Amino acid sequence: MKIVVCIKQVPARDSMLRVDTSRPWIQEADLSHEINEPDAYALEEGLQLKEKHGGEVVVLCAGPARAAQTIREALAKGADRAIHIEEENLGGFDPLGLARVMAAALQAEQPDLVLTGLQSDDLGYGQTGVILAEVLGLPHATIIMQVEKQDGTIRVKRELEDGWFQHVEMPLPALLTIQSGINKLRYATLMGIKKAKTKEVKRLTTAELGGARQPAIRFARVYLPEKTKHSQIFDGPPKEAAAKLVEKLKFEARVL
Amino acid sequence: MSVLAILEQRGGVWHRMSWETLAAAQQLGAELQQPVSAAVVGHDVSAPAGELAGKRLERVHAIEHALLKEYTADGYAEALGQLVAGVKPRVVLFPHTYQVRDFAPKLATALDRVLVSDVVAHRVESGELVLVRQLFQGKINVDVRFAGEPPYFASVQAGAYRADKVEAGSARIEKFTPEISAATIRTKPLEWFRESQRAVDLTAADIIVSVGRGIKEAENIPIVQKLADALGAELAASRPICDNGWLPMERQVGSSGQTVSPKMYVAVGISGAIQHLVGMKGSKTIVAINKDPEAPIFEVADYGIVGDLFQVVPALVEEIKKAKG
Repeated sequence: MKIVVCIKQVPARDSMLRVDTSRPWIQEADLSHEINEPDAYALEEGLQLKEKHGGEVVVLCAGPARAAQTIREALAKGADRAIHIEEENLGGFDPLGLARVMAAALQAEQPDLVLTGLQSDDLGYGQTGVILAEVLGLPHATIIMQVEKQDGTIRVKRELEDGWFQHVEMPLPALLTIQSGINKLRYATLMGIKKAKTKEVKRLTTAELGGARQPAIRFARVYLPEKTKHSQIFDGPPKEAAAKLVEKLKFEARVL
Repeated sequence: MSVLAILEQRGGVWHRMSWETLAAAQQLGAELQQPVSAAVVGHDVSAPAGELAGKRLERVHAIEHALLKEYTADGYAEALGQLVAGVKPRVVLFPHTYQVRDFAPKLATALDRVLVSDVVAHRVESGELVLVRQLFQGKINVDVRFAGEPPYFASVQAGAYRADKVEAGSARIEKFTPEISAATIRTKPLEWFRESQRAVDLTAADIIVSVGRGIKEAENIPIVQKLADALGAELAASRPICDNGWLPMERQVGSSGQTVSPKMYVAVGISGAIQHLVGMKGSKTIVAINKDPEAPIFEVADYGIVGDLFQVVPALVEEIKKAKG
């Protein structure tokens, strides 16, 4: 089974974010970056399916030059090779524009299964996988918690709301968006890290893949959310803050 | 030109976010000075369509087809694509449910449009629609504008609009029978199921202490367990903690876990991504302990301590014990 896993590099979770005053985005210069967490689960699922059924795992990543680090990490974990769509200005693409470029990069690959994380931690559209499926003409299922390969088909467990699930069957090739927690993430081994250095990374540009089209949406302004609720915040030494909080809980909120 | 709300129900039972979306559509319609319609999809939707006929709407589109009995992305996108092509609305609104996340991006793509997903607010500026979304798990907001031609697709976040603002009225029901062939539907949906009876009913707890990523390691869970014990509270968690197996899934609060509204909810080391907030923001008193003063959890908290939970929580346990005598 040839499996393509789409991954994205995003600012590290603990990042203190600052708004960029020169463009509607955040200041990126001092941030460290990492793999989008749901994509890490998609990669792990791809690797486990390959271990069970054989085949190949190809990582597809659209992002600036710095994303090469995240791609290497995916290769170190066990992906066989990678395609890096190099683009310094991802902000020039809307989700459909980017999915078209990704679909063009997959033209030559003809994968049996395409996996993505269910959403990105930065933009959080939760759409790239579904749009990519439509552009590629593939059936899809979202928020997947289990994948079983059968003969020419797959059976997946789709997460619904409020603790419900549903099994869905579909033919291959197909696209799945993977929910965090579907599996246990592996660490790269020393051997894996060594091997990753020799694995193929094909570099493509968005221009070669059809380029950007006129985006259908644009960011007008990026800003910190206004505080709408008046919270009472206590800081200072932990013991003092704790004492103040307990006093409030006892005499104001009356919950103790 | 009009505003079209595409609402979600299953077997005649409404998804609660449908009413929030309808309220959003009515507000938008008033501001854009455009008529508002609603659509409901299924095999037999006479009952839910009848209910919508009692709301202030121009029309209710009852989309019915035998192949729409069970939800599939292929079936829904096909049926709604045909409706939208005929009705030509300016704005199409959805509730941002798991089901909408499954089919709405496909529908928009098929019509060469881009869905603006998970919208928390809107405004109209000189007749133009501006939508507010959250970035970086709620840490940053963005105003989004549409650049191309309508229809403009958007989905609305849980709790962003108030269901009780839906205005009553009367509307005409129009049946719409899409043309769908069985071959269009490539996926085969099976029965819904739940994993097991929940042994822990968090909804019954008066006080909940909930733990998030800030706890760092499974070995640190007893630190918050002590706080729960001191308060006589149930212990709960945000999704990543359950994903890692540090606490069982049945203790998860949020959109994929339980929805709770206890007298007091203490969030420890939880940043407050929307998926968590929707499960607990109805709590009477919310306390947050987090090292990041900008964490979105402080948006919903009544009381908060900004600091290192590994120092704050033990101090809090001591103070609670003192206060309780």
